[in-house]
Amino acid sequence: MGEVTRTVTIDGSEQGFATTKFDALLSWARKYSLFQYPFVTACCGMEFMSTVSPRFDIARFGAEAPRFSPRQSDVLWVVGTISQRQAPVLRRIYEQMMDPKWVIAFGTCASCGGFYDNYTTVPGLDKIIPCDVYIPGCPPRPEAILDGLMLLQDKIASGDRRPGVVKPRQDPADPKNDLVTLRTSASGRDE
Amino acid sequence: MEPLDIDLEEGELELPSEPMHLNLGPSHPAMHGTVRIVLELSGESISKADVQIGYLHRGFEKMCERGTWTQVFPYVDRLNYVSPMLNNVGYALAVEKLCGLVVPDRCQWYRMALGELARMSDHLTCTGAMAMELGAFTPFLWAIKAREMIWDILEEETGARLTHSFGRIGGMAKPPTPAFKELVRGTVPRVLQLMNECEKMLLKNRIFLDRLENVGIISGKDAIALGWTGPCLRASGVDYDVRKAHPYLKYDEVDFDVPLGKKGDTLDRFLVRVEELQQCGRILSQICDRMPDDGPVNCDDPRYVLPEKQDVYTTIEATIQHFKLVMEGAKIPKGEVYSYTEGGNGELGFYLVSDGSGTPYRVRIRPPCFQITNGLSRLITGRMLSDIIPIFGSINMIGGECDH
Amino acid sequence: MSEAALSRLKERFGAAILETSSFLGDDTAVVDAARWKEIALFLRDDSKLSFDMPIDLCGVDYPERLPRMEVVLHVYSTSLRHRLRMKARVGDDEMNGAEIDSLVPVWSGVEWLERETYDMSGVTFRGHPDLRRILMYPEFEGHPLRKDYAANRTQPLIPYRTEEEAGVPLEKLAPFGPDEGMSFGRRPHLPHSEN
Ligand code: SF4
Repeated sequence: MGEVTRTVTIDGSEQGFATTKFDALLSWARKYSLFQYPFVTACCGMEFMSTVSPRFDIARFGAEAPRFSPRQSDVLWVVGTISQRQAPVLRRIYEQMMDPKWVIAFGTCASCGGFYDNYTTVPGLDKIIPCDVYIPGCPPRPEAILDGLMLLQDKIASGDRRPGVVKPRQDPADPKNDLVTLRTSASGRDE
Repeated sequence: MEPLDIDLEEGELELPSEPMHLNLGPSHPAMHGTVRIVLELSGESISKADVQIGYLHRGFEKMCERGTWTQVFPYVDRLNYVSPMLNNVGYALAVEKLCGLVVPDRCQWYRMALGELARMSDHLTCTGAMAMELGAFTPFLWAIKAREMIWDILEEETGARLTHSFGRIGGMAKPPTPAFKELVRGTVPRVLQLMNECEKMLLKNRIFLDRLENVGIISGKDAIALGWTGPCLRASGVDYDVRKAHPYLKYDEVDFDVPLGKKGDTLDRFLVRVEELQQCGRILSQICDRMPDDGPVNCDDPRYVLPEKQDVYTTIEATIQHFKLVMEGAKIPKGEVYSYTEGGNGELGFYLVSDGSGTPYRVRIRPPCFQITNGLSRLITGRMLSDIIPIFGSINMIGGECDH
Repeated sequence: MSEAALSRLKERFGAAILETSSFLGDDTAVVDAARWKEIALFLRDDSKLSFDMPIDLCGVDYPERLPRMEVVLHVYSTSLRHRLRMKARVGDDEMNGAEIDSLVPVWSGVEWLERETYDMSGVTFRGHPDLRRILMYPEFEGHPLRKDYAANRTQPLIPYRTEEEAGVPLEKLAPFGPDEGMSFGRRPHLPHSEN
């Protein structure tokens, strides 16, 4: 519930109250009630389906309600390849969303065009609209997707709008092979 | 007193209405993100429909002309992304036809097994998504649960959940894992049982039936002239399944039925898919019985097949061979060929033109649902607006494949 | 498979059948583009051929040949279970005169295939009811599957955001740099334009 500044319990009673900053409370509420708009175009949509369904169950993170109207949603999942033909549609949807709004680039294609480096593919949705979280993978595994969602929640809580990339939990390049921590710090920027 | 029921012409009672234009998609939840249908409505019935595809055109054919023949595999994975393995197998067979290669028995069974698993995942997704679009969310969750089980096997075999890129020219990337048969034997009955439950739940539901029955009827003759293949064609009563009509791999040695529909309506298309799932189960159990446990998986042809990894590190010949195959690509003989297999949606064809070099000159895919989507506007014209959803769901249009 | 079909075609049309071949079981007839539709009708209606299903139609570009563009049609007969590939060559080296009769009256299913061939290769189909682009957007110029269309020549519909607008770096490594990820055997006539 954000950063609790003070808790008070009334003597001889189980009741009490806590104080926090209004902003912190607001972002706490936002973080756990994400209404999502899945802009599903391609293969990544299959993994998106899996993530929504029982085994991975995105509902655990307070983000189960898909809204197929951009006006009612606050996270835009861009799932799949964005072709040049689709680009105006995507931008229009983004513009119709109400503030505050966040964008997740789901998969390599949405992040940078993937291996479709050709006449018809937009090399990443950030050429069209701002993006908050990039989830690499072709398609990303559901675990990575959940990591991406958690990263976004951290960003919402800290009010950080700089883009972040989901890193593998286990970094194969790290000699110690330590767990790479999700960037949960307020700075949110990966070094 | 004057009678109240003055004679009024039917026409006078009706309010004048202007045709209304409605734009469905391209980002509509039931349009799978990639189709736009521009409709002209009079009241609620559709008087004209213009189906526009191309929102997921990714330049597949152009990209194929840039790499080696083997580098096409990842791209074919992403054509029909619900059953990538079938595309892998189809493309591998096409290239092998051009080279005159025949893969060893074990590999043929293996390809069939993986292909049938992929087909199951395709049909599960299609039926599940269709039910969801009609408001039945539970069957969708069950179907996805069943699909996860199948993907578990595929992941165990190939290392990837969805995009396997597992086919190779003249074989497969890896031999089957030791537990493969056991996994299949254990999983398939559970999947079929889940599907039975879905079926029971849906087919006893009046709403579901009413929305499917007698909706989107197409006759066998029309379907043929449109070039429909696969479950959609069979739902119209035409007995054409590539696996039966022109058996490839070992399909002539296994025993299975080709379910046929009678009317060619949306319900028939749904039922044909459900029944095909059972047939896949039958085929898979026969494959498990007959697939040899050892023996080579790849052809022994150094012109096309990568050498053993161990040899690459120890002998110079294998190193050179590996280098040549990876850097220049396998040189596929000059010529052109059309090869076809039964994909998830119908006849999946590859028309390859080779000029004898390591790079394809032209790779043309014949995506089954391109032709099927071509018939969509015909099916929905004259129907009600709400019929679009079941009809569109039943033809199982896959954007990646349809838009190339 | 259907060499009988080839000989029947030759018998009936004689000189209009320019070449025939049967390579790896695929029977191919190269026909005179002017009689394309007539031959197609015969293929459909003749009782010994009865090719009732259009399978595929595409264009293959051979820039160094004349005529340059090959229109390739695959047909199948559901009753007799045989197949045929029919080709016609059209267009000079600038693709002028790349025209051929539309086969929509013969098989309704070729409607989209012809639109696609028009879109991708630039062959015009005479008498097609609705010859528009299908995969690309109407504003697109050129025909991407011609060999002289650079694979990465994009024509964005909306301008990309600039880095100033975005406030974050947008430059990323291209997945395929000039010599990354691609084979050395890449054919030189596929230019990768500089941009
Ligand atoms: S990132 Fe891969 S799986 Fe996702 S849409 Fe692109 S090609 Fe498909």
